[in-house]
Amino acid sequence: MNQRSKAGRGGRPVQAGRGKRMILAAVGYLVAFIFVAPYLEMALTALKPDRELTKSPTTFLPKHWDFGNFVNVWKAAPIWSNMQVSLIVAGVSTLVALVVSLPAAYYTARNRFRGRGAFLLLVLVTQMFAPTALVIGVYREMVALNLTDTLLALILVNAAFNLPFCIWILHGYFASIPKELEEAAYLDGAGKVTALTRVTLPLSLPGLVTAVIYTFIGAWNEYVVALTITSSPNRQPLTVAIPGFVTSYQQHWQYLFATSLIAIIPVVILFIFIERYLIGGLTAGGVK
Amino acid sequence: MHDTVEARGAGVKAPAPPPSALRRFGRALAPLPWIGPAIILIAAVVLWPVVEMARTSLLRISSSGATIGTRGTGNYKDLFDETDLVSVLLRTVVWVVGVVLVTVVVSLALGQLLNARFPGRRIVRWAVVVPWAASVLMTALTWKWMLNNYYGVVNKILQGIGVIDHPVNWLSHPTQALMWMMWVAVFVSLPFTSFVILAGLQTIPQDVYEAARVDGAGQARTYFRITLPLLRPSLLVAAIINVINVFNSFPIIYAMTGGGPGSKTDTSTTFMYKLAFIGSGDVGESAAMAVVNFGLILILVLLYLRAVGWGREA
Repeated sequence: MNQRSKAGRGGRPVQAGRGKRMILAAVGYLVAFIFVAPYLEMALTALKPDRELTKSPTTFLPKHWDFGNFVNVWKAAPIWSNMQVSLIVAGVSTLVALVVSLPAAYYTARNRFRGRGAFLLLVLVTQMFAPTALVIGVYREMVALNLTDTLLALILVNAAFNLPFCIWILHGYFASIPKELEEAAYLDGAGKVTALTRVTLPLSLPGLVTAVIYTFIGAWNEYVVALTITSSPNRQPLTVAIPGFVTSYQQHWQYLFATSLIAIIPVVILFIFIERYLIGGLTAGGVK
Repeated sequence: MHDTVEARGAGVKAPAPPPSALRRFGRALAPLPWIGPAIILIAAVVLWPVVEMARTSLLRISSSGATIGTRGTGNYKDLFDETDLVSVLLRTVVWVVGVVLVTVVVSLALGQLLNARFPGRRIVRWAVVVPWAASVLMTALTWKWMLNNYYGVVNKILQGIGVIDHPVNWLSHPTQALMWMMWVAVFVSLPFTSFVILAGLQTIPQDVYEAARVDGAGQARTYFRITLPLLRPSLLVAAIINVINVFNSFPIIYAMTGGGPGSKTDTSTTFMYKLAFIGSGDVGESAAMAVVNFGLILILVLLYLRAVGWGREA
């Protein structure tokens, strides 16, 4: 038993006894609760009927569980079209970022060429650029290109700003896969493309998954640029539409949170899915 | 024929004939099909706004967004004449330093916890990931609701345990609002930071700890003499990425107080946005603020490059 826990990979030596492990677990669950609590409150509020929201002092649990909020919210606002916008923008930006970053990352990992260092420096530096800091410039550019209030503008911005991260992390993964593995595939009669799709890509799957989900979630949650360059309600993503439930004219916190949960839950599941890749990804990408 | 000769020549390391200018040119262009699209996308959508922003900061822009003419340094003069600017910049420093410092310290403990072995560790890791995946805007909105004067659970809980005796309207007092917003910023920064530290912890080989134990080092000594120094690279990178993210943090302040009352809870990021899009709207002056912000970020990027050791490996 003790032997096994000592053989754990990396980290502090934890030869914790039973009691210590129980204390750790208790602290762990408390921490878990703190991290989930705001979203729990979100869910409980989303399940309260209108009149219970404006009761003071408030109650933790709804007296009357109003699951109807999750049905009515679709009629209360055009959130279905906002959701479509979010899905299209996040999906297409991810696709564009992947299609553009894969060849660049592969080529720079496998070849030495004039300008390689400059290219990698460009990637490393622009990785640090956030749309928020540049929102005035982005806005002026989209005005100049006559692209304000279009999905194309949102797609371009989300794809481009996530591109450096994708290149960096994929570059790291490709570079860590020995060239010899591909050469062995050539000896077995595989072509360049086959070697890439059958050997290299499967081995870099963790990096690929991380890049995809990172970009998707980044685009799905993007707020500032969408707030600035979209104006038509049916071209706004969920992040921009959601605050509209609570204004000086109406206070529909239950709808705001019902929609938020609809937006958050699928993404959290995606993220949990890559949680075990995240640690490797963070080690490979920049963080050494 | 020529090709085979060259290939054989390369094999025995005989001096190859110098490639013609045309061929050299062709070789220089060879990477373009691979990296060209990436360069175009980055140049057109990431670098163009930088140039456009700098250009706009020297232009006179009407409130409808049309360019009226050049203005020289007039926008910068207007910006530096803003009475709130100094307090906004000072608040930005407090915001960034405070949030990052607390985030890193708490993450050190959190990373250790996530790395320790206990039943249910998986679930705890999943829970910690949640604020990372959820939109920062929505997280900020739920905190705003929880802090509501009349209907929020924060007042209910604090009254219940006797910390306050009557409901407090937290977000209407600038100082208290700033404190709460800094807490929300810490809350959304913890997942990334603690996972970077967790990743760093897992790269430390077990033998180092064994050796320390053989030498009779205690737990605290082992931590401060071995773990912390070996975590330095991860910590440095996590800190700098956090500094940039927290500096750029817009949704928390914008959603919770809108920077108000007045500009009393603005940082330079929300201040920049409000200059352009709220009230009379002066895009030129806002661009000047953006250029100042961007200059600060560039300094941070240079620090980042030094931290990851760019130039040393190449």
